[in-house]
Amino acid sequence: MTEYITLSFLLFTIGAVGVIVRRNAIVVFMCIELMLNATNLAFVSFARQHGNLDGQTAAFFVMVVAAAEVVIGLAIIVSIYRTRRSASVDDANLLKA
Amino acid sequence: MTTFWVLAPLMVLAALGLLFAKKAVHAALCLAVVMISLAVLYALQDAPFLFAVQIIVYTGAIMMLFLFVLMLVGVDRSDSLVETIRGQRLAAAVVGVLFAVTMSVAVGQVVVSSTIGLDAANEGGNVEGLAELLFTRYVVAFEFTAALMITAVLGAMVLAHRERLTPRRTQIDVQRQRMREYAETGRHPGNPPTPGVFARHNGVDVPALLPDGSPAEESVPDSLRKRGQERTDVDISAAQRRAREIERGDRKDEDA
Repeated sequence: MTEYITLSFLLFTIGAVGVIVRRNAIVVFMCIELMLNATNLAFVSFARQHGNLDGQTAAFFVMVVAAAEVVIGLAIIVSIYRTRRSASVDDANLLKA
Repeated sequence: MTTFWVLAPLMVLAALGLLFAKKAVHAALCLAVVMISLAVLYALQDAPFLFAVQIIVYTGAIMMLFLFVLMLVGVDRSDSLVETIRGQRLAAAVVGVLFAVTMSVAVGQVVVSSTIGLDAANEGGNVEGLAELLFTRYVVAFEFTAALMITAVLGAMVLAHRERLTPRRTQIDVQRQRMREYAETGRHPGNPPTPGVFARHNGVDVPALLPDGSPAEESVPDSLRKRGQERTDVDISAAQRRAREIERGDRKDEDA
C-alpha cells in the first residue's frame, strides 16, 4: 500500500510544482487535474487498505467536482483569451495597482 | 505488483513531461498517459467502476475538452520560458523536492497493518456497493453534486456566450471592402494566390511564386504563418536560384 501512497505524493508534488512554474493557464489547469488525480489514487488505495468502499465514493465525488471545475475553468480561460488575446497567467494582472 | 512497477515510473515520467513540455499539446498528451495509467491502477486495486469512470470521464471527456480549448486558444504559440520572478523555478524545484522527500520518508516510516482488501466489500458487486453508499450515507452530498452540475452548466453557458456587438459581415460587405481597397491601394480584388503555385514544391507551407520569381507571402495560410511554419524566403529563393542556374546552364549547352 505504501508504494501507491508514495506514487500519489510524487504525482501531487509534480502537479503542485507545475502550478507554480508554468505560465500557460491551460497547462496550469492540467497540473491541477494531475493533483486531483493523485489524491484520487490515495483515496482508492486507502479504501483497499481499510476494506470498505468509502474511499472509492470519495474518489467518485472528486471526479465529479473536477469535471465541473474544468468546465468552468476552461470557459473562464476562453473568455479571458477573447478579451486579452493571451492565455498566459502573467498577462491577467488587471487587479494589480 | 509487476504492473504497478511498470506503470509507476512511466506515470512519473509523463507527469514530469507536464512540467517540461514546451507546447501545451504535448503536455496534454503526457497528462492523458498519466490518466490512463491511473485507470489501470484503479483496476488493480479492485475498483472496476472507477476504472471505467476514469477512462470515460477523464481521458474521454476532460482531456477532449482540454484539447478543444487548446485548439481555440493557443496552438500557435508555445509557452514563454522567461522567468517573471527571478529564481522562482529554482525555489519551486527545491520546495517540491523537499516536499516529495519528506512525504516519502514519512510514508515509509508508517507502520501499516495488513491490507484488508476489498473482497468482502465487493462481494455483492463493486457498482452495487458504491450505489448503496451513494444513496444512503452520502445521499446529501450526491444531491449537492446535482446542484453543482446544474450551476456548472449555467456558468459555462454564461461565460462562453458572446453577444454579437457588430452586424454580421456578409459577402457583399467583403466584396465592397475589396473594391475599396483596390481603389485606394491597388490591391488585387480577387482571391489571393494558392500556396505552391509555380514553386518548386506544391506543399501548403511553400509560398507561391509571382511571375518575376519572388515569393508571394500572402499565399501561405495565416495559421501556418503565425506558427512560423512557412518556408522562409531564403530557402525558396535559394532553391529558385539553383533551378534558374540549372536552366541557364542547359540553355548555354544548347547554344554551344
